[in-house]
Amino acid sequence: MKPPPFGYRAPRTLDEAVTALADADGGKVLAGGQSLVPLLNMRLAAPAELIDVNHVAELDTLEADGAGVRVGALARHARVERSATAARVQPLLRRALRHVAHPVIRNRGTVVGSLAHADPAAELPAVLALLGGHVEAVSVRGRRVVAARDLFVGPLETALADDELAVAAFFPAAPPRTGTAFAEIARRHGDFALAGVAATVTVDGDGQAEAVRAAFLGVAEVPLVLDLTEAAASGRLAEHVRERIDPESDIHASADYRRHLAGVLAQRALAKATADALAREAP
Amino acid sequence: MSTRIFGEGIARREDPRLLTGQGRYLDDLGRDALAAAFVRSPHAHARIIDIDVTGALDVEGLVAVYTWEDLPGRVAEPLPLLIPHPALTHGRTGYALARDTVRHVGEPVVMVVARDRYLAEDAAERVRVEYETLPPVVGVEAAERAEHLVHDDVPGNVGAVLRQETGDVEAALAAAPHVLEFRLDIERSAATPLEGRGVHARWDADDGSLRVHSSTQTATSVRAAIAVKLGLPQGKVEVVAPDVGGGFGVKIVHPWPEEVLVPWAARLLGREVKWTEDRREHFVAAAHERAQVQHVRVGFDGAGRVLALDVRILHDHGAYTPYGVIIPIVTSTQLLGPYKIGVYRAEVVSLYTTTLIVTPYRGAGRPQGVFCMERTMDRIAAHLGRDRAGVRAANLIGPDEFPYDQGLTFQDGRPLIYDSGDYPALLAKVTDLIGWDGFPALKEAAAAEGRRIGIGLACYVEGTGVGPYEGGHVEIDSSGRVHVATGLTSQGQGHQTVFAQIAAAELGVPVEDVHVVTGDTRRFGYAVGTFASRAAVMSGNAIALACRRVRAKALRIAGEALEADPSDLDITDGVVHVRGDRSSGIPLRTVSVLSNPLRYAFDEQTALATQFAVGGPDTEPPVPHGEEPGLEGRDYYSPVRSTFAAGMHAAIVETDPDTAEIRVLRYAVVHDCGRLINPLVVEGQIHGGVAQGIGGALYERMAYDESGQLLNASFMDFLMPYATEVPRVETDHLETPSPLNPLGIKGAGEAGVIPVSAVIAAAVEDAEGIAITAMPLSPDALFRLRRTQPGALPPSDVGR
Repeated sequence: MKPPPFGYRAPRTLDEAVTALADADGGKVLAGGQSLVPLLNMRLAAPAELIDVNHVAELDTLEADGAGVRVGALARHARVERSATAARVQPLLRRALRHVAHPVIRNRGTVVGSLAHADPAAELPAVLALLGGHVEAVSVRGRRVVAARDLFVGPLETALADDELAVAAFFPAAPPRTGTAFAEIARRHGDFALAGVAATVTVDGDGQAEAVRAAFLGVAEVPLVLDLTEAAASGRLAEHVRERIDPESDIHASADYRRHLAGVLAQRALAKATADALAREAP
Repeated sequence: MSTRIFGEGIARREDPRLLTGQGRYLDDLGRDALAAAFVRSPHAHARIIDIDVTGALDVEGLVAVYTWEDLPGRVAEPLPLLIPHPALTHGRTGYALARDTVRHVGEPVVMVVARDRYLAEDAAERVRVEYETLPPVVGVEAAERAEHLVHDDVPGNVGAVLRQETGDVEAALAAAPHVLEFRLDIERSAATPLEGRGVHARWDADDGSLRVHSSTQTATSVRAAIAVKLGLPQGKVEVVAPDVGGGFGVKIVHPWPEEVLVPWAARLLGREVKWTEDRREHFVAAAHERAQVQHVRVGFDGAGRVLALDVRILHDHGAYTPYGVIIPIVTSTQLLGPYKIGVYRAEVVSLYTTTLIVTPYRGAGRPQGVFCMERTMDRIAAHLGRDRAGVRAANLIGPDEFPYDQGLTFQDGRPLIYDSGDYPALLAKVTDLIGWDGFPALKEAAAAEGRRIGIGLACYVEGTGVGPYEGGHVEIDSSGRVHVATGLTSQGQGHQTVFAQIAAAELGVPVEDVHVVTGDTRRFGYAVGTFASRAAVMSGNAIALACRRVRAKALRIAGEALEADPSDLDITDGVVHVRGDRSSGIPLRTVSVLSNPLRYAFDEQTALATQFAVGGPDTEPPVPHGEEPGLEGRDYYSPVRSTFAAGMHAAIVETDPDTAEIRVLRYAVVHDCGRLINPLVVEGQIHGGVAQGIGGALYERMAYDESGQLLNASFMDFLMPYATEVPRVETDHLETPSPLNPLGIKGAGEAGVIPVSAVIAAAVEDAEGIAITAMPLSPDALFRLRRTQPGALPPSDVGR
């Protein structure tokens, strides 16, 4: 389990980084390395060149304002998880991050790296998709914004081009009267989820749910966002979710079981998000 | 003997070194050594048509590439069948490098040696092997159907049929008032130590000698095997086990292909060569355990007493049988546990499959046997509507029935005779500890809240301390340091602590003065190995006996110096003195000097032993007749048969009505391993064992697909439990000394793991009212069971 030979470059500026990426034939960006390095060691990935962006100081940012949380490409999971400002602006981020692997991995892994890796069982793609966030990508050709709904194309596959570097992710702030929740089931604490749900519930002035949305992980090739407002009102929430998803079987769980879990988790997340919305409403 | 230090729960003396990164493991050795890597079979079963190494030759830093064709003499012959047995009529072993056929994914085919491991893997990747695939045989049922053969010359894929019986089981079944018949399944798992295997070898061309370090559980036997394979006198081969990061049984298998090839290449190349196994290799190329299918027929009376028990077990031993039929023997004998069974018959059919070899892993066949017996006890209780603890109590061997002869032959070839124990006392302790009698009220209260909880119980007897022997050497040097050496190896057990406690207690010295060396053939050449919960029993007693020789000699020498009768002397804090009078005495370091008459002095201490300093009669030789110079002693312990430890575990679990998740709320262990040398070390062994047992019960399995590919050969997908998945373990001890050995001790190394699957199955069954017959049990499996057999066991039949 040693990687095959690869070239290595450690740019100091964003310009150098995107130039290196454009020049490399089969380059791969190294940030936290929590997914890439195991793939290299198992020889499942053999990039010609690694572009190590850890020295690009301008990517090491975390900003939060009334509009949302903007996470730079070098912000580690742990930093975002511990940020009180980020948690206030968008509480779902911290709730989800606590399910990302283990503390030592969160100390090194990055939020943007997780999004760019696009594992369908990962937490952050589902959160970005649910909140309608986006990723900013830079290449020698310029800068563009890729909306979450366009970003996730398939398992481990995004709309980012080979020469594009994801420099930041933007998670919109929680609107008024809106609560969030995250629920997942993994075989062991910190493992990739067998199934998971991120949910938002917006309540009206009477405390009744007027908008219910959920994003599912581990049950589809990309994060699956469903509007569950009507299903929640009808009392057929779990059944509705189970009808709408088509998970795969693997050695850890059958498709049937995943489908079942998605329904249970949707109910649990919805109840928690509703309680959260009401709590935020309360003076 | 002093009991101050023997029996004390002192902290492990090895931990500060190991916990601060000061350990020296195999991969820490030989920094400049060449690295070996292996091209391994990607197929479960295939014929090798052609091997083309030319692509590898371009890799800069490549030193050598070897295939079977390159191997000379005995290196090219099949690996040894370590434990022959009359029932193993068709034993087969593999080659160090596959000769013409591969029989499991991961079998080594080509060895590459290069400047470092990166380059070795680059080169290995470029070797092209052409295979003609053959039909895979996966699982015991496919093996038994024998539509395809794993070895052409092994009909029916049957390696061994092991039968033992104590009477006419058919007649006893026919006469029994109640009879039940059912099937049980246990999947494959593995030891998976934190450190994989590894070998480092250095050839000394001037001396014609070989020094090998191996991450092994037996240094002496690896030495013997290498000497035979390489045609070297044993005296020219040294084998040392450095710090070993866990073994749990897998490292008792030897010689591994790599253990032969690395030393062979080191000699051939005249360079140090090292191979450090990586995790993926360990999953596909080391060894697995556990997999069995069990068919049970049991006859019993209205009180639940077992009148007849007939088990037929299909055992999957994988592609080869280097370790013989030890697991089938252990399963079929230890299945009886603490019970008196009317008539017993066991037939184990040990079958070849095209999957990795199956060799003992902590528990070594006992978890399967205990699962079988304890599930049977629960079935009987359910059938009769009786309390599960009560049914067990009705079958227990009484405390006055020892020695108790089960009428079978154990794994050491000796009769299965339990030496001592008090099983009713253990049952009382465990039911007290878990709160067995109060549980129905708890369960009812939980049910009122919509929660499902269940309780389970399982008992076991473990034959420990199997022979043939171990030895100990003890020497007190002129600084007063006590050097203890024993030949068996350490892989985390705490030998530096417990062997020192034994020596300190026997010699009357502070434990800090005792230094223990294990697993180094340079220090002790005669040994068997560390497995079967035997180290404390075997080496512990051997060290005690060696200490007694040293003590007697010290008292003789000190008696002359003090002009006292040795029988009036005692040793306290390293000073020999007249019993009851510590005002004058002679330190052991001085006794050591006096024991070794010198011509030459090197310091003040040794000056005392030179010819013009020593007095005494000039008619006697300086070393008296029948004595040897030096304050040292050597002795061996060789038991007539194994000593039998016992224990009982109980657990309370909660199952989630919605998600089918299973959580262990409480886990209780009571354990009897005779006299405790160090209760802290024993509890640590139990905690670790329970952790592995929880892995086997709820998480770990080898996911082979039908083509024989292992789908979860990584720690991402092989679910070894984390600390977050392991419950707190509550323990209590009983001490029934063994009459078989001087210290009265029994083994404890495997105890924690043995009954865990049986306990968890029983508790989940109690919570769910669904028969649990297959382990491990995942939430997915429980979810399926709820759909396919809801209410298979009516709650009223589940017992308490």
